[in-house]
Amino acid sequence: MNSKAYNLFLKDFRSELRTRYAINALAMFIIVAISVILFSIGNEKINENLTAGLFWVVIFFTAMSGLSRAFVSEEERGTTLTLQLIASPTTVFSGKLIFNVILVFAMNAIIALLYGTLFEDFVIKNFLLFLATFVLGNIGLAVSSTIIAAIIAKAGAKGTLYPVLSFPILLPLILTCVQLTLFSFDGTSFDKSKFELAIVVSYDVIMITVSYLLFDFIWQE
Amino acid sequence: MVWKIFLFLLLAFVSVAGIAFPIVEKPSAWYEFPFIPGLEENAKIIFFHVPTAWVTVIAFLMSTVFSFRYLKNKNLDDDLKSYVAAQLGMVFCILATVTGAVWAKFAWGAFWSWDPRQTSIFALLLIYGAWFALRSSIESEEKRATLSSVYSIIAFVTVPFFIFVMPRIMTGLHPGSADDTNLGPVVNFKMNSNMLLIFFLSLIGFTILYFWMWQVGYKSLIYKEKIQKQLLRG
Repeated sequence: MNSKAYNLFLKDFRSELRTRYAINALAMFIIVAISVILFSIGNEKINENLTAGLFWVVIFFTAMSGLSRAFVSEEERGTTLTLQLIASPTTVFSGKLIFNVILVFAMNAIIALLYGTLFEDFVIKNFLLFLATFVLGNIGLAVSSTIIAAIIAKAGAKGTLYPVLSFPILLPLILTCVQLTLFSFDGTSFDKSKFELAIVVSYDVIMITVSYLLFDFIWQE
Repeated sequence: MVWKIFLFLLLAFVSVAGIAFPIVEKPSAWYEFPFIPGLEENAKIIFFHVPTAWVTVIAFLMSTVFSFRYLKNKNLDDDLKSYVAAQLGMVFCILATVTGAVWAKFAWGAFWSWDPRQTSIFALLLIYGAWFALRSSIESEEKRATLSSVYSIIAFVTVPFFIFVMPRIMTGLHPGSADDTNLGPVVNFKMNSNMLLIFFLSLIGFTILYFWMWQVGYKSLIYKEKIQKQLLRG
């Protein structure tokens, strides 16, 4: 990682702190989504299966509501050309990726904390496994949604198409992460969940490679 | 022209044979199919379900290969070829889903039960549905070609997860699942020779049909472009 990518990240971070658009929108979205789920559950008791699934549903839709900003904001401000002049595509993608990874980690930590306090069945027995799932899942989520955000920013339609394009790409990751979250609720050992963890790791590696390879084509369009 | 008649005769024979030939306990005549335990009379849909799924795979593979070639050469022709292949792939994918659901109703008791295979073909429909939505949202031809090529390659690298990984970790009903022991009727060769013959004839017939349809679709788009250009000129 070179310093230019870090500078690009700092630029995004500062402009985010100035407007607080993404942070505010994401925080409110998390609160709204979780309260809708809590209202619809009411006094019913839901099982672990449903809790793990709902956890990743909220994570997915929160990511979809906020992560497209990274590239869409550049197109809106008309600063894409300037970025193309001063930095290589790899650098731009690295900078945006760092920003989105940090955003995903922050927002998912908040979601996990809220779930831990608000849902009775959100009891983690194997904390290390949950942490591994959380970290690997977040990286995969951030990478896939960053590259799709780059496509979306270049295409005309910005809002509605983003979840449509991202969902099939994220589906293997989300299905495996739901499974792993269930394992961490049950207290399954690391050994028994090796295969699922390997899937998530290979997904992350494949997505990072493909994104870096293909970003040049999107960016120069 | 000759091969078109040949294709017609082949597919007509496959359709008639696949539907009309009786299934008996101990086949003796050349037109009798064996009784396969677990499949019974449902076995006949294998002549239509497996070839459509096979053609789906060929079509989407071709679409991705042409997307790849477009990114390499930036030739808009490749994008057109990829588009036609994906269109046909979508048609055959829907056919495979429907025939599969009908088969599932009689073999497993419900049209849809989120078996890993059903999940993966659903994801395939979603991917190409999104792909067509992306294409229709972009006006400029070059931009549309580049972005949809990139998306189809990103989607393509997730396909191994659906085809090879998901069925291994989820228990399912389709042959090839994690808890499957007998690998299904095709791989295990439980079908007798005349059934296998018709099965492979059907596979060949559908493959030729696909390539013919693909050629017709590609040519029609070329003519459409030519006519549009002439109309603009005149």
